[in-house]
Amino acid sequence: MRFLYGLLIAVTLVYVTLPSVVVIITAFSDKALLMFPPTGFSLKWFERAIGYDDFRKGLANGLIITAWASTIALVCGTLAAFVIERFEFAGKRTLEAVLLSPLVIPHFTLGVAMLILASEINMSRTFTLVVICHVILVLPFVMRAVYVSLRNIDPALERAAASLGASPLTVFLRIDLPLLAPGLAGGWLFAAILSFNEFTATLFVTGQRTQTLPVAMYTYVREYADPTMAAISSMLIAATVLFLVAANRWLGLERILSIQQAR
Amino acid sequence: MPDSRPAYFAWFILPALFLAAALTASLASLLQFGFREHIPGSLQVGGFTLGNFGRMGEWVYLRVFLDSLLLSGCTAVGNLLLGYPLAYALVRSDSKLLKSTILVTTIVPMFTGDIVRTYSWLVVLGKNGFINGTLKSAGLIDTPLELLYTPLGVLIALVQYSLPVMVVILAAAISHIDVAYEKAAASLGASPLSVLWNVTLPLSMPGILSGTVTIFAWTLSAFATPQLVGGGKVNMISNMVYQLGFSNFDFPFAAVLSMVALVLVFLLLYFMALGMRRLERVGLH
Repeated sequence: MRFLYGLLIAVTLVYVTLPSVVVIITAFSDKALLMFPPTGFSLKWFERAIGYDDFRKGLANGLIITAWASTIALVCGTLAAFVIERFEFAGKRTLEAVLLSPLVIPHFTLGVAMLILASEINMSRTFTLVVICHVILVLPFVMRAVYVSLRNIDPALERAAASLGASPLTVFLRIDLPLLAPGLAGGWLFAAILSFNEFTATLFVTGQRTQTLPVAMYTYVREYADPTMAAISSMLIAATVLFLVAANRWLGLERILSIQQAR
Repeated sequence: MPDSRPAYFAWFILPALFLAAALTASLASLLQFGFREHIPGSLQVGGFTLGNFGRMGEWVYLRVFLDSLLLSGCTAVGNLLLGYPLAYALVRSDSKLLKSTILVTTIVPMFTGDIVRTYSWLVVLGKNGFINGTLKSAGLIDTPLELLYTPLGVLIALVQYSLPVMVVILAAAISHIDVAYEKAAASLGASPLSVLWNVTLPLSMPGILSGTVTIFAWTLSAFATPQLVGGGKVNMISNMVYQLGFSNFDFPFAAVLSMVALVLVFLLLYFMALGMRRLERVGLH
C-alpha cells in the first residue's frame, strides 16, 4: 500500500518535471532537428537565441510593458483596495467585482474585447493598449495582496495617529503604507511575473512593433523547428528558478502563494 | 466610518474607476460587435444582424464547444486523481525532503509562462521527441506513436499545465482538516484506506469541489496548449476564436464565441458557489 502510494507520487513528480528537463537537455543538442536522445553537445543554439533579433526586441518590449503595467497596477490596485477595505460607498461591491473579474474572464475573451474596443475608438495597437490590457489582468493580484496585508493592520494604530493630530492622508502615508510595504512588494513581484509571461491576451493586442518575448517565441515556433526555442526556454526556466529563490529569501514563498491561493 | 470620508478619497478611487470603465467598455464593444454583420475580406463591419448567434448552432462550432467541454472535464478529473495524492503528501508527509520536493516542483512551473511550458511538450511528444526516441532506442516500437496533434497529447499537456494550481487548492483544503479525526478513526480500528475514504476525503469535499470546477473553467480558457500541441487538429474555443479573427477577419463571430465562453465560465463558477454553500449547510466545511 505504502509502496504503491510512493510510486504514484514519484511518477506524478516525474510527469510534472519531465518537460523542463527534456527541454534543457535538448537545448545542448548539436542537431538542427528536434531529436531525442541528442547525438552531440553544442552551445550554438544559445548563441542563436541570444543573437536573434526578434527575441531581443521582444525582451526589450516585454520589460518595458512589464515595468509600466506592474507599477501602474501596484499604485491603482493599492489605492483602490485600501479605499474599498476601509470605507463604505455606493457601488462599492460592483466596482470590486468588476476589478476582480479578470481572474475568471478567459484571457482570449479579454484580448478580443480590448482589440475590438481599440479599433472602435480608432486606437492602433500601441504600447498603451498592451499596458492597459496587462494592468487590467494583473490588478486583481495586487488588490488581493493588499487585502491580505490590510487585514493584519490593527485599526487602533490608525486611530492613535489620527487622535494625535495626523491628517487622514498622513495616516495613510506614515502608518498604513510602511506596514503594507512587504505585501506590496509581493503583489508587485507577482504582477510583474504574470505580465512578463502573459501570452494569450497579449497575442491579440500586440502588433509587429509591440510584440513581447512570449509572442516572439510563439511566432518562432510556428516557423522553425530547431532547438533555439529550447535554448531560450532553458534560460527562462533558469531565470525563473533564480528569481523564485531570491523571492523566497526576501519575502517568503508563503506570502506569494497566499496571493495565488484563491485563483 | 462612512461619514468621515477623507479628502483624498476621490483621488484614490479615480484610477480604479478608469480601469473598471475600460474593462466594461471593452466587454460592451464585444457584445455590440456580436450583433454586427461580417463583410468577408474586410475589417469593417456591416449593419445589425442576429446571424452570428444563429451560426453558433452549426455543427462545426458545436463540436468545438463539445470537444472543449470534454477536454476540460477530463483535465479536471485527471488533475483530481493526480493532484490529491500529491497535495495529501505535501500536507501530511513526515519527510521534509519530500515536502520541499513537491513544493518546488509545484511552484516553479506556475511561474514559467505558457509558451515555455507548451513548447516543452512539443519536445516530449514529437515524432522524434523524448517519448518516441526513448521507446525506439529501447526497441519497444518501430513506428513513432502519434501523440502530438492528438486529443490525448493535448490532454497530457493540459493536465500538467493546471496540476500546480490544483495541488495548491487541495493542499489548502487538506491542511484545514484536524489530524485528530484521522487519528481517532485509526485508533478505533479503521484501516488507512478506510480512514481516507470515510474521513479525509469527505472532509476535503470543499477543496475537491472548488479545485475541480476551477480547473474545469481554467482549462476552458486555455489557448497556448491546444494551439501548439493541438496544432490545428485539436481545436478548443480559444483556437477557433483566434482563427476566425486573424485568418478570416470575422471578428463579429469571434466576438460571439468569446462571449459564449465567458458566459460558460461564469455559469460554472456560479454553480460552484451554490454547491459550496450547500456543503457549508451540510456542515462538512
